[in-house]
Amino acid sequence: MLTSTRLFGSTGFALVSLALILMLCLVGPSLSSWQPEDIDWQSIQTGPSAQHWFGTDLIGRDLFVRTLEGARTSLFIALVATTVSVTIGVPWGAVAGFFGGRTDLIMMRIVDGLYGLPLILIVVLLVVLFGRNPYLLFTALGAFFWLDIARIVRGQTLALRQSLFIEAARSLGANTRQIIWRHILPNVAGVILIYATLTLPGVILAESFISFLGLGLQEPATSWGVLIADGIYSMESAPWQLLFPAGLLMLTLWSINTLGDRLRDRLNRR
Amino acid sequence: MRLPPARYLLQRIIFAGVTVLVLVSVVFVLVRLTPGGPFDGERQLPEAVEKNLRAAYHLDEPILQQYLRYLSSLLTGDLGPSFRSKDFTVNELIAAGLPTSATLGLLAMTFALISGVTIGTFAGLHPDSWTDRLLMALNNLNLATPTLITAPLLVLLFAVMLSWLPAGGADGWLHFLLPAIALALPFSGAIARLCRGSVVDTLLADHLRTARAKGLGRTQLVMRHVLPLSLLPVLSYLGPASAALLTGSVVVEQIFAMPGIGRYFVEGALNNDYTLVMGVVVVYSAFIASLNLLVDLAYAWLDPRLVIAQ
Repeated sequence: MLTSTRLFGSTGFALVSLALILMLCLVGPSLSSWQPEDIDWQSIQTGPSAQHWFGTDLIGRDLFVRTLEGARTSLFIALVATTVSVTIGVPWGAVAGFFGGRTDLIMMRIVDGLYGLPLILIVVLLVVLFGRNPYLLFTALGAFFWLDIARIVRGQTLALRQSLFIEAARSLGANTRQIIWRHILPNVAGVILIYATLTLPGVILAESFISFLGLGLQEPATSWGVLIADGIYSMESAPWQLLFPAGLLMLTLWSINTLGDRLRDRLNRR
Repeated sequence: MRLPPARYLLQRIIFAGVTVLVLVSVVFVLVRLTPGGPFDGERQLPEAVEKNLRAAYHLDEPILQQYLRYLSSLLTGDLGPSFRSKDFTVNELIAAGLPTSATLGLLAMTFALISGVTIGTFAGLHPDSWTDRLLMALNNLNLATPTLITAPLLVLLFAVMLSWLPAGGADGWLHFLLPAIALALPFSGAIARLCRGSVVDTLLADHLRTARAKGLGRTQLVMRHVLPLSLLPVLSYLGPASAALLTGSVVVEQIFAMPGIGRYFVEGALNNDYTLVMGVVVVYSAFIASLNLLVDLAYAWLDPRLVIAQ
């Protein structure tokens, strides 16, 4: 009984807020009569009002619509980058764990080595290599977040490799690819899903700070990072410009983290 | 506790050197192989001028020769001229920014360690008490708030509203206080969580029961038996933390308008200033390698089993 009420407490709140945020992202912009790039010359940098729910920015654009537009971009980027990281991390971890021995050692050494690199170094390198192409940059960002997933999948595969049903499959004549694809991956799918969830907040954060530094998205495109950078610029005269995007970013990060943690706890208890 | 043997020491130092070399080499090759160069501007340069420019910076040589040239000048401590800031060498630019960045990083690391270990130990010694719950709830809130949000909030509160501290710049030690706290907070949170967990585990160990049975006082128990063991996970966290600290410091330097080397890194990336980017990479990789070296040595000192196992 106690666990169920506690479960409803924070997890329920996280679920509800995440659902609300997603719904706002989908239908929100049409609730307001403003477009993200419309300029209201009558209200330049005004606080929240009935007309502009989150106030307006430095050049009179509606902040409610822009915050939701930013949320869409940030969440979309996070989904793409997470997909990329799963696509790299899962096969890497599965192969390393399944073959073991020297293959495993070399593959995991590479993961360890990459783990020690700062994100800023990778971002700067990508910018030097590809120029300022935000979409390429954020796809490449996924290439930084696969390390955790590779580690987890490797650990799980290592444990599964010895189990009886794998041995049975092998004695029935299944080859390595079939075993990994048909028997190992379905068994680690749940874990992959959970760690992909836990990857999302990291990617959202990374996007926000890369755009903040001016290395990612640029005006007129917007994201939470761009909005927070603008908000910091004018926080002394117009704090709402910082507080609304920052608040929504925090709520999203907290919700996804809470849900991911809860899912992980459930899985571990089994 | 004994000092680790010389062989282990030497092995770790060589490993750190190789790490730096590999990193610098990979970045060098990637940067030089990219199409487009530092001289692609708005204005198309006359062919002869561009040719002379490339020759002056040795960009017309084969890549292997450029690489060897770079390594040999690196050995003498020369990072070359900046491609974009015409009158400055990379050494001058880094010398101008490094003291600020190093002070900021060191202060933040110290602050994170002291506050994280104190909070974690305190909470761990009284598991499930109300202080533990309160501290860990605050800690989770801290962990969920990114630097990008805490830093401006700190400025808003302590610089704008209360006017206690300056909001930006790096003219005196007061200027470092807010940025260091902003940079330290996430690390402090992670250390506190790690430390709490390991203190709780350590308290259940057999040798702790023996020590208690001998009648050891509480302070001695914590200082001599609990802390050395509980600090091991914190130590191994410091390696990856050093990388995250670099990333965080670039953001914090930007928010607090501090003249550190993070700014050069971002500018160098935007301007294709190869030598400047390489120079910062050298400094960063040296920092990461030496911090990991220190962590390895501290580990060997706290837990001699590790060295014997090797």
